[in-house]
Amino acid sequence: MVSKSPLNPVALVGQALFYGLFAVIIGYFSTSPAYRHLAPDMALIKLSYSHHGQPVTECRKRTAEELAKLAPNMRAPMACPRERSPVTVEIELDGKPLHKSVTPPSGLSRDGTSTTYQRFEVPAGEHTLSVKMNDSVRHEGYNYVREEKLVLKPAQIVVIDFSADKGGIFFAQ
Amino acid sequence: MSAIESVRLSGLALLQRVERFFDAFFGAAANPWRHLGALGFYFLWIALATGIYLFIVLDTGIEDIHTAIEYYTHQQWWLGGVIRSLHRYAADGLVLAMLLHLARELLYGRYHSFRWYSWITGVPVLWLVYASGIGGYWLVWDQLGLFSAVASAEWFDWLPIFSDPAARNFQPGILNDRFFSLLVFLHIGIPLLLLLALWVHIQRVSQSDVFPARALGFGTLGMLLALALVKPTVSHGKAELTHLPELLHIDWYYLFIHPLMYATSPAGLWALVGLATLLLLALPLLPHPRQAPLAVVNPPNCNGCRRCFVDCPYGAIAMAPHPDKPGHELARVIPELCASCGICAGACPSSTPFRSVDTLLTGIDMPQQPVGALREEMQRKIAALAGPVKIAVFGCDCAADARRLQGADTAVLNLMCTGLLPPSFVEYALRGGADGVLVSGCREGSCAYRFGTRWTEERLAGRREPHLRPTVPAERLRIHWADGHELSSLKAALEEFRQNLQSFGADEKRLRPYTPRRIAQHG
Repeated sequence: MVSKSPLNPVALVGQALFYGLFAVIIGYFSTSPAYRHLAPDMALIKLSYSHHGQPVTECRKRTAEELAKLAPNMRAPMACPRERSPVTVEIELDGKPLHKSVTPPSGLSRDGTSTTYQRFEVPAGEHTLSVKMNDSVRHEGYNYVREEKLVLKPAQIVVIDFSADKGGIFFAQ
Repeated sequence: MSAIESVRLSGLALLQRVERFFDAFFGAAANPWRHLGALGFYFLWIALATGIYLFIVLDTGIEDIHTAIEYYTHQQWWLGGVIRSLHRYAADGLVLAMLLHLARELLYGRYHSFRWYSWITGVPVLWLVYASGIGGYWLVWDQLGLFSAVASAEWFDWLPIFSDPAARNFQPGILNDRFFSLLVFLHIGIPLLLLLALWVHIQRVSQSDVFPARALGFGTLGMLLALALVKPTVSHGKAELTHLPELLHIDWYYLFIHPLMYATSPAGLWALVGLATLLLLALPLLPHPRQAPLAVVNPPNCNGCRRCFVDCPYGAIAMAPHPDKPGHELARVIPELCASCGICAGACPSSTPFRSVDTLLTGIDMPQQPVGALREEMQRKIAALAGPVKIAVFGCDCAADARRLQGADTAVLNLMCTGLLPPSFVEYALRGGADGVLVSGCREGSCAYRFGTRWTEERLAGRREPHLRPTVPAERLRIHWADGHELSSLKAALEEFRQNLQSFGADEKRLRPYTPRRIAQHG
């Protein structure tokens, strides 16, 4: 470099002050101001599932003629449709509608999972949470229902999920 | 002048005042404003070094990491805690230095013409710095890390790239150590990509400023250490998948995108960052002044000395075997790298005006301001000077406008960059009738072409070739660096120099006059 740092006392004091200011700027914004993600006395309900809807039609038995047209290694006796039903979910909180959605199956052949992820900020306290789900176009109304009284603490998170192994709709909290 | 250009120039004038103010305390070499790129690299080196230590000592399991970090933060605060804090604050400093570096280059208008490459390759660096830093917060796996991970997942879920929402991973019973291994992999892999991107970013500048001056380095490290001791980095509580903390002490340098997303929407945040990225990428394509003609090599006058090759700030000169002289080399200009600054012409030993050839042709020259034309202009202007103290001023197009100093007793020769000035021109001016020579240009660190100021000062001080001969009396040479807004300072320096020269006797510290003897050049 061409120039050198000045070493006189005024310059050194000035440098110390500026390094101090630099430290204050780095240190302050590294943690401040504090961020409040949820308003006080609010809780969070998340709707999050990844679920294969039911096939849109029943499996049926192939006829002898149909089987004969297939290659020998492809002669499965049952023909099942690939396409899945969309998943409809309706949520009510304390008897009032909170959310309703219809999630189509993913994939070009509409044979993938229906997935969703939603957030709802609700007041903390006691609530009746009711969730209904339909995952079959062959079924009228809702084929899964869960209703529960919950006491939500401020900043608590409750996740509405679906698992066939866990008996359908469940609340993770 | 457009309104945007007017704002840019006003901002530049303000920035240059700030830089000059800091020069008084730090000197240009250690002035953080003038070395923001080097400072950014320095913060990265500190973050990498401390990160390697943390990777060695910390348990990297989802259940263990928080406990391990708490141990090093509180029990072993004097080593592990300090290193953790250094890692965190260096990462914050990197963002600060990077954003200021970007703003500074923008204000100086350094984003188009030959600089397009450095500008464009800097854009991915922004993304990689943020990706590296945000991933680091997840690794701590405290409430803040979980919040950041969920917010980031919710942001990316807006893109149709995941079959299952990524945010679903942060539910009770789903996370395991494999996820944590992925985080560690990302927090090592992305910084490695960042290093690669930075290497690409500085490819077109020679002698890259990747380490700050020693004084600035020690000062910055001391500042980080003091901060680490006064305000040690601490974690939030352990991550809980079913509970959010009321208040999050977020690091605004990196995590500001999360509050921004919740204040708008994931789509809104994508629109903002996408627009900002596109704007940065499009800047070099916007209308801007056409680049001046490039340097041209004149083979009969190039002896392959390599001085232009060494001094070019952008690596735009290569040395090739001479086609006619076995064992000799010839300079070759790489057009896409050339900045048209003329520093190469100032470095060429053939640029000396004392050559007796009638038409002065040098080894490498600028078509828009050939050295031969400069010699003729200087002779003409100095011959026309009148008054008791005649001064020749060499100015710079990018600095304070020296042409405003032109007068009956002052001959001004403005150069594209002061670095174009062959030092022998100073002696030639003094022996040709000038009582003194004032050399001006951008302040150190402000030079539009990086090294114009530095090389000129070193050449005039005899520390760099081609050098000014020591027989030139130092009292008759004055160097005064002045940025664009500092014309008054340049005027004052000229007046003070004139008064100083007036105090000398008629023959005191004066070189013998030189009478040009011209011969016709062959070939």
